[in-house]
Amino acid sequence: MSSNDQGYSAANEVSQIKSRRTLSENIWRGLKTAPPTAIFGLTVITFYLTVGIFAPFLAPYGEAEIFDMAYAPWGGDFLFGTDQLGRDILSRLIYGARNTIGIAVTTTFLAFLIGCSFGIAAAISQNWLDHLLSRSVDVLMAIPSLIFALMLLSIFGSTAINIIFIIAVLDSTRVFRITRAVALNVVVMDYVEAAKLRGEGLGWIMRKEILPNIMPPLVAEFGLRFCFVFLTIAALSFLGVGIQPPTADWGSMVRETAGLIQFAEYDITAALTPMLPAAAIALLTVAVNFVVDWFLHKTSGLKD
Amino acid sequence: MHPVTKTILQRLGLGFATLLVVSMIIFSSIEFLPGDFGEAILGQAALPETVAAFRAELGLDLPLHERYLDWLGGIMTGDMGNSFSGRGASTGGDRSRAVVELIGPRIENTLFLASMAAIIAVPLALFLGVTTALYRNSIYDRMVNGITLTTISFPEFFVAYILILIFSSFFKVFPSLANISQDATFLEQAYLSALPAITLTLVIVAHMMRMTRAAIINLMASPYIEMAELKGISKSQIIIKHALPNAWAPIVNVIAFNLAYLVVGVVVVEVVFVYPGVGQLMVDAVTSRDVPVVQGCAIIFAATYILLNLLADIISIATNPRLLHPR
Amino acid sequence: MSNQNKGKKGDVLLEMRDIVIDGFSDDKWHPIIKGADLVLRRGEVMGIIGESGAGKSTLGLASMGFARPGCEIHGGTINFDGIDLIAATESERRQLRGSRIAYVAQSAAASFNPAHRLIDQTIEACLSHGISSEEEARSDAKQLFADLQLPQPNTIGDRYPHQVSGGQLQRVMTAMAMSSRPDLIIFDEPTTALDVTTQVEVLASMRLIVEKYNTAAIYITHDLAVVAQMADVIKVLRYGETVENADTRSMLSNPKKEYTKSLWSVRSIEKEEAISKDIVLKVDRVDAAYSGGIKVLDNISIDIPRGQTIAIVGESGSGKSTTARVMTGLLPPLKGAVLFNGKPLPPMLKDRSVEQLKKIQMIYQSADTAMNPRHTVRDVIGRPLEFYLGLKGKALDDRLVELLNLIELDESFIDRLPAEMSGGQKQRVCIARALAAEPEVIICDEVTSALDQIVQKGILSLLLRLQKELGITYIFITHDIATVKAISDQIVVMFQGKVVEQGMKSEILSPPFLDYTNLLLSSVPEMDPDWLTGLLEQREKAERLS
Repeated sequence: MSSNDQGYSAANEVSQIKSRRTLSENIWRGLKTAPPTAIFGLTVITFYLTVGIFAPFLAPYGEAEIFDMAYAPWGGDFLFGTDQLGRDILSRLIYGARNTIGIAVTTTFLAFLIGCSFGIAAAISQNWLDHLLSRSVDVLMAIPSLIFALMLLSIFGSTAINIIFIIAVLDSTRVFRITRAVALNVVVMDYVEAAKLRGEGLGWIMRKEILPNIMPPLVAEFGLRFCFVFLTIAALSFLGVGIQPPTADWGSMVRETAGLIQFAEYDITAALTPMLPAAAIALLTVAVNFVVDWFLHKTSGLKD
Repeated sequence: MHPVTKTILQRLGLGFATLLVVSMIIFSSIEFLPGDFGEAILGQAALPETVAAFRAELGLDLPLHERYLDWLGGIMTGDMGNSFSGRGASTGGDRSRAVVELIGPRIENTLFLASMAAIIAVPLALFLGVTTALYRNSIYDRMVNGITLTTISFPEFFVAYILILIFSSFFKVFPSLANISQDATFLEQAYLSALPAITLTLVIVAHMMRMTRAAIINLMASPYIEMAELKGISKSQIIIKHALPNAWAPIVNVIAFNLAYLVVGVVVVEVVFVYPGVGQLMVDAVTSRDVPVVQGCAIIFAATYILLNLLADIISIATNPRLLHPR
Repeated sequence: MSNQNKGKKGDVLLEMRDIVIDGFSDDKWHPIIKGADLVLRRGEVMGIIGESGAGKSTLGLASMGFARPGCEIHGGTINFDGIDLIAATESERRQLRGSRIAYVAQSAAASFNPAHRLIDQTIEACLSHGISSEEEARSDAKQLFADLQLPQPNTIGDRYPHQVSGGQLQRVMTAMAMSSRPDLIIFDEPTTALDVTTQVEVLASMRLIVEKYNTAAIYITHDLAVVAQMADVIKVLRYGETVENADTRSMLSNPKKEYTKSLWSVRSIEKEEAISKDIVLKVDRVDAAYSGGIKVLDNISIDIPRGQTIAIVGESGSGKSTTARVMTGLLPPLKGAVLFNGKPLPPMLKDRSVEQLKKIQMIYQSADTAMNPRHTVRDVIGRPLEFYLGLKGKALDDRLVELLNLIELDESFIDRLPAEMSGGQKQRVCIARALAAEPEVIICDEVTSALDQIVQKGILSLLLRLQKELGITYIFITHDIATVKAISDQIVVMFQGKVVEQGMKSEILSPPFLDYTNLLLSSVPEMDPDWLTGLLEQREKAERLS
């Protein structure tokens, strides 16, 4: 850069300017530099989604189809054997992907819908509404969410709809907190004040000024919350108060076949049967965590 | 009044208020029971008079606030009412038991399990967290991080079954069922609770270590740490003199947060190992929709959780130099 | 005290050659310093001046052999008094830091450990390097506190960092640096966070102590007038390269490079002051406070004449920004009213009509935070056109281009995001956004203080031209007297929530002065190397008289 600058002109003013990349360029660049853990995570997630979506075509038998052979061993007609009622484990694993992930994703979306809207509204208004919401959330968060969920399920009963609503509402408190926190950083920006001074309404400011600027942390949070919701629902099902039979669900499958573990000395495959759905749950959470970790690393710009 | 005392009293007041509101929420949950739950509990064969008597016993004909005060007064004096189970017409007459009687012995067991896990987990997690933060990006750090990221992704029951498979099925080191009897000695109890305790430890060490690491890294990025470096202070002195005095608050918070997490983790682990604790009682009660027992357990879990966080806040207040040395 | 045999004054103490420092971000190394040289002699004070991003701090820290996390020294040599700092081990470098080279940071409040008493932190380096016994170090620190004109020098060290003011902390930090009697002190923008009146005192005491102990120093700042008071020689840095090196007097009187000249270009703008009696906006006996807090504005009355520029000046806490918030309706006053064209405006923003909002627009200090990073220029300028004027389609596009031309930018900017423009261009777009509403009054809140000097000049000239063409009224909120001199017709001086003085520029800026106005005006550093000396003599004389 020469220090003998010629006459000054606004349009030619230079500084360290970022050049823009299109979204697809960004994604491509991101993928090229992604660490192996992230690639692994993305592959696993894609695999799960494919299995979930095409479950009816991939599963050898029906979701609740009962055969006359309880606890059939691995191999033969049933790759992973059958369960205590004589249902094919493999088919139930495949349908489980659809049910378990589907319910967890729905719940997480609902939690974000509730948490984000209230969080942004609270951050903008910063008046009685903010106080009311924040205090209520403080109280709700003072009860451990699994305990709260157990209590509510004992009152309302364990149906899939109840589970989705209860977990979504409980989890939305976390989403509320983080959304409010990141939105507060944006709300203090002059461009939000400028929009208020222009006379824009609350809705416009939420959608146009704030939401686009808090997306990266929220996307990462979505991944983390999904893991949390997914594990909570799995835990509830495992405890027998979650998704009810005959719906195939990984948590319940672990519970139903857990007894087989004591036959480990005689038939190792039998002992592994309850581990399959448990590992399926673990693998997906690991994958999502890997991807979120990478995403956070990229967007925060932190090179730790 | 000294600002520290004042802030602590404020915080105590807030904690107490939270506890009160939480108790209200837990109590009023019974209001949402469907109208026909009397029949559901007592069975289809129950006489209308029995159902009416049952409703009267619950005081459902009294106004809500009166019943709440009554219930709260009961809890204060160690009375949590009677359980629903054992009232069915088929069992003939009322064989329900006092909730306190059910919970009492189990609290001890749960506390035993949780403290066993905490005693191993806290020092281990702090050690791992601090060392990985100080040797950031080393192979050691990456390894510990990779392992803990994997561990936090595992459901508790998966960790538990892996341990059972290894330590109970293949190598018969520990029992897979922790059926502790009333008169077990301390050593017996510790032996029987080994696997559940290890499971809990593994789960919370991962969380606690990651949070400790983040807290220390955050602290080490403070400008006053850079200033100390520019004063030529050695690394060990920087950590002891400059980082540590400011690290108490974040570290205590991390510990409290994770001990609170332990409260939740204990439920699943107790069920896996059929450990006779409060968590298992609660799950059984939820399955049979025995609301008084569920409420009793929920109050206990929530109170522990609130008190732990309260304690952490009080420690951070008491170590905050700005409050200790007011203007 | 001194543990090293001081060399002769005039010997080379620090020599840095071809320094290359890179910072890591966005998966790449970016150059921060591109082969800069620096030679400093014993007892000499060198000013390093440059704008944000010029690499001043990075170069200053490199003289201690230190690079911030994420930065690395990739080339060059650093020779400190015969020691090669690049080749030295970390422990050898640590031996020098805090004993022979000391550092004074910009943000004193963050750079002190909240958990320890000031005096313990002051003497820490001395004890840790074994320079003196604890007792010696303590009494010496008290002496240094006294030298630096800190109040109660014997006991102030027993306080904790949050218990003393920012100006005092900055002086304690200077004492901390001086405690080991280093050969070299790096001052990294030590007064940037302070108000002008505090800055003068801190500068004076820093200069005093550097002179007293004959310490060499590197003084880093973006303010040429400040550096003129402190430095013997000046180095101008831009984009990580040296633009010009010269001794202070010749640099000020005869800068060689265009860029150096541009550094004080604002001071070359002048405006013929105009008189107008037509009041467009009137602040009438306003009191204001933030929720439940103490009064920030106390019975403020300001008349703003149409088509003129009125500058509201004052230090932080004077209430100048709060006044702007009351005018815009962001903060409803406790008492009093704001009148627009003679009619009172509703106190609350939400009660004001779109027509009322449209008439008063605002431009902010930092264009970075004033523009949504996700909005293109079209969104930013187009929204008020659509919102206030209902323009759509072609009409909107035409008006957009017209506005861009008005602010001297072309159509190619229309789809750019803020990140794709320079600081000055962004501020211009913000001006266009205000103009799009076709306002009568524009409130300019420190609009140039975040910009490089040469860009400041461009923006101020643009604003003046627009005023001439469109007859807009400006309310300029600023702490920068140079800007005030350049653009205002009238000046309002505020202090602790009150209007101290209001009048035409020529009246306010010429004697006789009111006490506070005098203090404020006289504290603004001037481009004259003798200014501080003169000022201190003057004040001393005045004190002796009274």
